[in-house]
Amino acid sequence: MNGLSFDIAHMLAGMLVLVSFMMLYQVRLYSLLHALALHAFVLSTSVAWQAYSQNAPHLYVTAAIALCFKAIIIPWALRGMVYRLGLHREVETVVGVGMTMLAGMALVALSLEVMLPATSQADPVTREDIALALSVVLIGLLMMVTRRNAVSQVVGFMSLENGIILAAAGAQGMPLVVELSVAFSVLIAFIVIGIVLFRIRERFDTVDDDALDRVRQHPGMFGAEIADERWRRPGKIEAAIASDRRRKPGLVGSGGPHE
Amino acid sequence: MINPVTGLLVVPLIGAAVLAALPGYRLSSILNVVASGISLCFALTLLWQRPASGQYLLIDDLNIVFIVLNTFVGFTTSVFSASYIGHELETGHLARGYMRFYHAMYQLMMFGMNLALVANNIGLMWVAVELSTLTTVVMVGLYRTPAALEAAWKYFILGSVGIALALFGTILVYLAAQPVVGEGPDAMVWTVLAARAKEFDPSLLNIAFIFLLLGYGTKVGLVPLHAWLPDAHAEGPTPISAVLSGLLLNVALYALLRFKMLLAANPGAIAPGPLMIALGLLSLIFASFMLYRRHDIKRLFAYSSIEHMGIIVFAFGMAGPLGNFAGLLQMAMHSLTKSAIFFSVGHVAQVKGTQRITRIGGLTTSHPVLGWGLVAGVAAIAGLPPFGLFMSEFLVVSSTFARSPVLAILCVFGLLVAFSALMLRLGRVAFGQVRGPIGPVNASYVPMFAHLALVLVAGIWLPAPVVAWFQHVAKLLG
Repeated sequence: MNGLSFDIAHMLAGMLVLVSFMMLYQVRLYSLLHALALHAFVLSTSVAWQAYSQNAPHLYVTAAIALCFKAIIIPWALRGMVYRLGLHREVETVVGVGMTMLAGMALVALSLEVMLPATSQADPVTREDIALALSVVLIGLLMMVTRRNAVSQVVGFMSLENGIILAAAGAQGMPLVVELSVAFSVLIAFIVIGIVLFRIRERFDTVDDDALDRVRQHPGMFGAEIADERWRRPGKIEAAIASDRRRKPGLVGSGGPHE
Repeated sequence: MINPVTGLLVVPLIGAAVLAALPGYRLSSILNVVASGISLCFALTLLWQRPASGQYLLIDDLNIVFIVLNTFVGFTTSVFSASYIGHELETGHLARGYMRFYHAMYQLMMFGMNLALVANNIGLMWVAVELSTLTTVVMVGLYRTPAALEAAWKYFILGSVGIALALFGTILVYLAAQPVVGEGPDAMVWTVLAARAKEFDPSLLNIAFIFLLLGYGTKVGLVPLHAWLPDAHAEGPTPISAVLSGLLLNVALYALLRFKMLLAANPGAIAPGPLMIALGLLSLIFASFMLYRRHDIKRLFAYSSIEHMGIIVFAFGMAGPLGNFAGLLQMAMHSLTKSAIFFSVGHVAQVKGTQRITRIGGLTTSHPVLGWGLVAGVAAIAGLPPFGLFMSEFLVVSSTFARSPVLAILCVFGLLVAFSALMLRLGRVAFGQVRGPIGPVNASYVPMFAHLALVLVAGIWLPAPVVAWFQHVAKLLG
């Protein structure tokens, strides 16, 4: 592996981490989706570079999937969904942006500290790629736990997944990368369709997990009756949800034990 | 003669395709039973003729236990599902249009689980676990009530994060294997990995195992990662609750055990035992206390599943021939008993029209067969003799006592807390004053009593070949 090829691979992987940080400070849902598209585009370039430098033509397929599916179709579909379903256009965070960024930096430091010593035997490109990929994965997780809208959590999950694809492409000669990225794309397509398929809009005012939590705590409050309620007095439920959101900190899945 | 492994995979696939095309639920539910039955037959032929394993598929002593259990519970659940679904359609809880979808998904899920169990390639295994997650997510949301949608969404997001972490772990295992085995497909083949695990870089393996434990552990329902499990069990259709508890948790556990074997074979890697013991005990004790304040009967048994997965992971963490033997036995007994309980709970909820425990009462008076079936099931799951779970829990505790009395005491404490919680609830539901409607039950009792009979027989007399088999597998697990 010559120096230039290493530097380019390193730079592209580093850019992916940077775009992950960009996603952390977006406050508008649309700009978050643009950042997601950029993230997938950088991933696609990075994978294509790996395909070229490792001389592994099958990785071009993974790069093409990342480009077409994740950089174009999914952000476009999510955008349409936000518009059609009339979701809140702001990204609602649990913790402030500054704290999230600091936590993100700590996670990058952690992943470098953990992965670099462990991969001392591996090829240098693989080594850097895996360490940076782990940072992207951890930042994706951080995003999922600090966001409240379902759409921005999905975006967090997709950036996490991009990190994993980066790791898979960086691992020299790893078989089944294409199959794994196809399987992952199916999963993501399911999640995006899931927002529609589960008709979250039909039942709830928002795809916010807090609103979902409320349903379980007050059975019968939402659901059929609420549809009539909203029909007569639009705005009341929105106010209720907004006040609830202020009161109750919530992460996805934090509501396990209570019923 | 068809290769039984091919049969195991192709039959559910064909079944899914046919069921997706067929209208009419009566024929579909019969075909669902038939397809599951044929899969079971193929699984049983594995017991005496074993096909050679290739690069992608593998049959060995460990996974045969899981495959037979998987297809058996899959078959009995399909029988239960036929009567359950019929009732749901009559009462209008489910629309006819969904039935096609439901049956096709059921077979697709069986395909995913069978594939995960026979896969010899760690990447393929991951894809199969992902497939079974997707299909169960769709089925959990089948009722389309707000609560069901929420449960499905939560399961979806948490399950996806879990399997994403598992994939990262899988990639790290490949990286650890690559310098030793060489680049290319061989470095993901399980048999190759197992044979050469002692030469792998231990520090990479350690990190990989952490990710795999968190990832597949989410699917097993270990405690800090269990949030999806009670909701998914309580809000989905009951046959799916039975399959989730009885099978899907086991499939994830199987994946975890495979990777644990890699770590155990490597002298430089951390011992996976203490981690599994800690998570197992935490699950056991936490879930036992959570059993007290459940108001929903399916949620109650979902927490009991977390508790039992805790015991099983604890037993495998203790390892050694005795610990692994107890873990395997506990796993098989739990699958059979828990699905039997869900079979009876499904019918109870249908008769009473509710899952709330306070509105169900005096079942042994109003519906003697169903009520006593539930009593037997709960007695078995709580670990009362003469049922099989008593024996396996006794083995877990006694083998732990010899090595670490403190852990054994903690384990007994968890078991006792869970026992009294279950008895408290059982007393209310099964005995005392009759509460709720007392309409006739339209149930098929065969699956429930078949499972309970097996658990009872295993508790009284475990056949010598089964014991020998389990001992052999326990030795393999190290």
